[in-house]
Amino acid sequence: MATPGATTLPDDMAGPIPPALRGLLPVLLALPVLALAEWTLGASPFATYLLSVVGVNIILAVSLNIVNGMTGQFSIGHAGFMAVGAYIAGVTSLSLKEVALSFLPVAASDQVLFVVALLAGGVCAALCGFLVGLPSLRLRGDYLAIVTLGFGEIIRVFVQNTEAFGRALGLSGIPQYSSVAMVYFWVFLVVLVARRIAGSSHGRSLWAIREDEVAAEAMGVDTTGYKVRAFVISSFFAGIAGGLFAHFVPIINPGSFTFVKSMEIVVMVVLGGLGSTTGAIVAAIFLTLLPEGLRSLFGAMGAEGSLAQKVDQIRMPVYGVLLVVLMLARPQGLFGTKELWDVLPRWLPRRKKGLS
Amino acid sequence: MSEPVKVLGERRAFAPLLTVEGLQVRYGAIQALRGVSLQVGKGEMVALIGANGAGKTSTLRAVSGMLKAAAGRITLEGKDTTSLKAHQLVPRGMAHAPEGRGIFPNLTVQENLELGAYLRRDTARIEQDMEKGFTLFPVLKERRRQLAGTLSGGEQQMLAIARALLSKPQLLLLDEPSLGLAPQVTETIFRTLREVNATGVSVLLVEQNAHLALNAAHYGYVLETGEVVMAGAGKALLESAEVRRAYLGE
Repeated sequence: MATPGATTLPDDMAGPIPPALRGLLPVLLALPVLALAEWTLGASPFATYLLSVVGVNIILAVSLNIVNGMTGQFSIGHAGFMAVGAYIAGVTSLSLKEVALSFLPVAASDQVLFVVALLAGGVCAALCGFLVGLPSLRLRGDYLAIVTLGFGEIIRVFVQNTEAFGRALGLSGIPQYSSVAMVYFWVFLVVLVARRIAGSSHGRSLWAIREDEVAAEAMGVDTTGYKVRAFVISSFFAGIAGGLFAHFVPIINPGSFTFVKSMEIVVMVVLGGLGSTTGAIVAAIFLTLLPEGLRSLFGAMGAEGSLAQKVDQIRMPVYGVLLVVLMLARPQGLFGTKELWDVLPRWLPRRKKGLS
Repeated sequence: MSEPVKVLGERRAFAPLLTVEGLQVRYGAIQALRGVSLQVGKGEMVALIGANGAGKTSTLRAVSGMLKAAAGRITLEGKDTTSLKAHQLVPRGMAHAPEGRGIFPNLTVQENLELGAYLRRDTARIEQDMEKGFTLFPVLKERRRQLAGTLSGGEQQMLAIARALLSKPQLLLLDEPSLGLAPQVTETIFRTLREVNATGVSVLLVEQNAHLALNAAHYGYVLETGEVVMAGAGKALLESAEVRRAYLGE
């Protein structure tokens, strides 16, 4: 595999913190914040649930952005990979329910089993990503979109007809191991991975593929290889997101992983700006909270339940309108390809501008 | 392969670099190349001319590993490279500047050039070679911080060539460098190409503009419906009545 540091990134990013530690820094900073959040939210199940959904959607959007944004491959089957992760992790947890690691306290043992289940889901989703990606990433544009769409539907129909996955009724009774801290640990991990990829020569290869596949190939970029790798990484995190999801909702069924869910994630990525991790995060937060906002808005307008209850149905038209307005007013998405530090005011210390 | 290839004029002696024998390429049921054979010597500039759809671009793409050959053999410096892909051929000294220039419009000129050196590890030399590129095309140096998409067509072509050269190729494959450019700009580009060629880089050039290409090249091949129908020294082809009638509109 050829990923040399051909491009000369200036070494002026070397600050007082050693480079090896710098990658971990966001995580270290985040841990106390998460602990605080967990502690204050413990009393409100709804806030915990909402925050978890936001986190899962951030993972989905940021991971899809690696494929759709950075690599420019239009995949619309992300919910399929999420479903693989959710069901595999769910089944793993269910079958390990009675198991306890004797050398650990119960709570810790549960968390270890949870991580095992998550990784099982993630790895299976990544494997699916590899199997789907290898033949189909030779396709371009619309054709790839159709294949990924088809894959998502196949997974859903497969689950719907498999006894072990509970058919249309879904899986219930999955131990509720998930916590806000765990979800956001993975959020940080996916953001970290996405950012590290973007800044590496691997990321530049993806960028080159996005800009012009033929030219990238002519430059010696192994286009198929990079696309498949991006796809596998992205599917892995979609699987993790699914696994997390399965451990804080009371029941998972095929209805949670339809085409509509895939579209929702695509809308997040497009709204945020293809290629911007910041954009994916902001859009994921916004679009997840939007239905809640609408619900209370309609509630306040006194639309007596009827409208407020239909928010889930009118959500899609609202997304549609949002997208149309966005395409007219700001076709590159909210952030374009920029990141947070590119749009911060000038007086703040800025990172040296790289490729993205 | 039906009639024998008509050969005109003498070929100057070059050590062989690229040899293509009986190359066939298919797009589904359509056969684009029906057995193309050609050679490029070390330090030679070879032009591939022919009408639209004759198979010029397909030949180039098969040679650079972007298309799979259905039959035939391609050797570079005596080694069989028929089944190798583009990313394996670039480190072996093959650089392809694709048709329509294929620059990265949203990257700066500098970043485009850096991508040309994508597979190289000798970071120190890259800077030097980039300077060399700037001497060939001074306008690129002025515009190195500019987004490549904002360059004029001619400048983009120059960038494509400079970028291809940054992979330190032995063989430069060029697809229609004159496409959509003003005659004056085209002349500048061809003059530079000859300079590049004089430094020892072999060039395989696909061109619609037969006059320009044959004038610049040592040797030329004429493609017609997927076959080589004529070959010869550039000047000799240029003087042949058939070429003049078919491709120079006389």
